[in-house]
Amino acid sequence: MEVELRDPNIIMKLSRLGSFHQSKLSFLRSFLNEFKDWEYNRDLFDLDKNGFGVVVYSFKKKDRVYSLICFANKIQDDERSDRVIATKWDAAFTLHDGVPNKNDIERLKKEVPKQEVGRLSYKELTLSRANKSVRVFDHVVENLSNGKQPNLDLLEKVGYLYRTTAVYGSGKFGLADRFRIKNRDEINGPFRLEMMLVYLVRQFTFDQVNHVAKNKNPKKAVKLDPKICKNLGIGNSTGLGMAPFIVNHPTLLNNWIMSREKALKKIREIKKVNLQDSNLFKQCLRNSIKNITSWNTESEYQLKKIKDLLNDVKKLLDFIETKFDFETDYPFNELYLWVEKKTCEECIEYIVSLMMEPYSKIIEPLVKQMSSEEDKYFTIPTNRKVEELRLIIESKYSNILSVDFQKKQNYKKFWFISKNKEEPRIADRFEEQGSELEQPLAIARDIKNLHEKLLITKKDMTIDKFLCENPDLRHVVRRAFIIEKFPYSEIQDNTISENTIPIDMLRLKLSFFGALKFDPRSDKWLRICMFQGAPLPTELKNYDDHWVYKLNS
Amino acid sequence: MKSLSEIETTSKRATRAAGFSWGVSEEVGKCIRLLELFGLPGIKNLNSYFNEKKLNNFEDLKLINKENQPQKNTFCPINLGVSFLDQIRTLETFKHCSFKNIAYPILFLPFLSRASEVIGKKIIFNFDKNLFLLNFNTSISSNFTQEQCPLIAKDVEINFLDNKDNFSELEWINLYKLSEETFVEETDSLKQGAAGAGLTDND
Repeated sequence: MEVELRDPNIIMKLSRLGSFHQSKLSFLRSFLNEFKDWEYNRDLFDLDKNGFGVVVYSFKKKDRVYSLICFANKIQDDERSDRVIATKWDAAFTLHDGVPNKNDIERLKKEVPKQEVGRLSYKELTLSRANKSVRVFDHVVENLSNGKQPNLDLLEKVGYLYRTTAVYGSGKFGLADRFRIKNRDEINGPFRLEMMLVYLVRQFTFDQVNHVAKNKNPKKAVKLDPKICKNLGIGNSTGLGMAPFIVNHPTLLNNWIMSREKALKKIREIKKVNLQDSNLFKQCLRNSIKNITSWNTESEYQLKKIKDLLNDVKKLLDFIETKFDFETDYPFNELYLWVEKKTCEECIEYIVSLMMEPYSKIIEPLVKQMSSEEDKYFTIPTNRKVEELRLIIESKYSNILSVDFQKKQNYKKFWFISKNKEEPRIADRFEEQGSELEQPLAIARDIKNLHEKLLITKKDMTIDKFLCENPDLRHVVRRAFIIEKFPYSEIQDNTISENTIPIDMLRLKLSFFGALKFDPRSDKWLRICMFQGAPLPTELKNYDDHWVYKLNS
Repeated sequence: MKSLSEIETTSKRATRAAGFSWGVSEEVGKCIRLLELFGLPGIKNLNSYFNEKKLNNFEDLKLINKENQPQKNTFCPINLGVSFLDQIRTLETFKHCSFKNIAYPILFLPFLSRASEVIGKKIIFNFDKNLFLLNFNTSISSNFTQEQCPLIAKDVEINFLDNKDNFSELEWINLYKLSEETFVEETDSLKQGAAGAGLTDND
C-alpha cells in the first residue's frame, strides 16, 4: 500500500505549523545521538565563591574538539532582562572550534559578554547568553548549602535554572560562516552546534549551582541529585527574531517538513507492526499524560490547546485500549486516519511525532536530509515562460490566491527590522509608522500580485523579459520556482493578516529544535524548555532514546 | 573580520535602501559575497557606487544586444548585471558582445561569474586592457593588478568560450603515454580469468 504525502495546503497553514511538537527528528535529539560516543570533559573550572569566572567544557573525538567557554558575571537585579534589548547577562557563552589557548580566552572574555556589540572570529562557531531564574537558582543554592535537596514542585513548575535569550551562529557578529564547517560529518544536520552549546550550558548551570552552594556552607552542602538535574533543562525566551528565518530559508524549511512527512508516510505504510514497537508506542502515549499535565502556562490561548490535547490523547488511549487491534494490517495508517478525523490539530501533530519513536531505522537516514544547499536554487530559470510560472502559482498557492488583499484586515500588519536592535518586529500598518520599509515577508500578498500581473502578460513571454518590466516582483518569482521543486517550502497562509499569530511561526521552528512546554507570553514571544529529561553528559554513552516521554521517572 | 554572511546581509539591505527592489537586492547580496570570497573589493566599490548614485543618473539597459551603448551617461552595473544574468541564454548565442561605458565594472563581474555557471561556459570580460576569466563561478582569474579598480569601463568586450581543451592533442598524447607507465601488461592466464571471459558478446 502506498500512502500519499500530506497536502502542503493543510500542513503548511500557520495554525497547523503552530501545533507541531518535538520528535526523533528534532535537532537536540539528533545532536545527542551524533555526539553520544564523543569524549566529554570539563577542562577548566575557574569560578570564585559566588560563581563568577570562566569555565570550559569540551566534546572530543579523534582530532576534533569543540569547546564551550562560559563567562559568568555579576549583574544587578535591575540589569537582568530577557528582552533582546538587554546589554548584560548572568552568563555568556561561545562554542570555540578546537582547544582555546590563553590568548583566545582573554580575547573572548572581552567580547563574548558584550554579545551583539562584541566581535567574534572564524574560530568561534556559536554565541549565546543566559539569565538565572533567580527564584529557582537561589532556592536551590539555599537548600543544597543546608544539606537538603530543593523543592521538587518548584523545580517542576519552572523546569530550569537558567534561560537563554538568543543563540547565534552561521556568521553572525564575525562567527564562522557555515561554509567553513559544512563538510564535517558530525554536523550534517541543522543547528547541531547551537544544540551543543545549549546542552553544555545546561551542565554549566548544575556545576555552578553546586559550586556556589558548596562555597556558602562547605561542611554541610550537598550536590544537586543527578536525577533532579536530569529533569531540569534550559529555558529559552524567544521573540520574533525566529519568524523571518523560516520565510527566508524556503528550501531548508521544505527539507525539515519533508523529512517529517516522509517519516509519517513510511510508518503508515508498515503492514505488520511487531509487538515491541506497538508496546513502545503505547507506553510513550501513556507517559504523555504526565508530560501534558505538567505543561505549565498562563496563556489562555495555549491552555485551551493543552486542554484539547489532553482530552484527545485520553480519547485515543481509550480507543487503542478498548477497540483497536495492532495486529490489523497497516495499524499506524488506521490510527493516523482515526486521529485526523477525531482529534484537534495539536493532537494530530503530537501523535505524528509519537509514531516516530519506535522507528530509528526510518528516522536516522531522514535526519541527514534536513540541511540544504540553498544557493543551488537561488538563480531564477529565466528561460522559462510566463505561462509555466502562472501554472506553478495556481497549482502550488491555490489557497493563497483566494485571499482578498483589497480588504484592510488582510494586510493590516507589516514586518520590519527595528533600528535600535536590528531585530524583526511586526506592527499595524494603519497605526504605526514605517510600513514603507516593510521587509519582504508578505509572501501571500506578493504572490497574489505576481499572479495578477501574469494574467495580463503574454503567455509565451520568457521570464527574463517579464522581470525587465517587473523588477519589484523578482523575489516572489524566485520563490515560485523554488516551490515547484520543494512543495513544503512555503507557509500557505497570510503572514500580514489581522489574525496572524506570529508565535505559530516560532513554534514551528522551536519544535524542530526539540523544545518542550511552549509557554506563550503574548502573541509575539514565548518561553520554552530544552533538554528537560535529557541524559547528562556523563550518561551519554548509554542513554534511553525515548527520554522525552519519561520525564520525572 | 566580517563574515560572508554579514557581508551578504548588509549588502542586500543597503541595496534595498539605495532604491533597488528586494529581489534585485538579494542578487546583489550574493554577488558582493562572491567578490569578497574571491578576494575582490566588493564592499568598497558598492559603497562608492551608492555614494555616486546619489549624484549621478546611471542608465539601465533592459534588453541587451550584441553591441550596447548608453544614451548619455554610464550603465548601472547592478541593473546591467541582473539583465545579463537573466538573458544569458540569449546572449550566449551571440558568442560575443560589447558595451560602452559601464560604471564600476567590478560590480558587474560577479553577475558574469554566475552567468558562466548557468551556461557551463567560461566567459572572458575584457575592458581597457584589463582581462578577467570567469570559470564557472568557481574562480576568477585576472591580469588586474592595480589597487584601485577603474570607475568606468569604457570599451568592454565579452566572449563566451566554447568548451574545448586549452592544450594540443600532441601534449595530451605525450602525457597519456607517460600515464600508461602505471599500467600492468596482462598475461594470457590473467586475460582468461577476467570479467566476461568465456562468453561471447552474442549470447
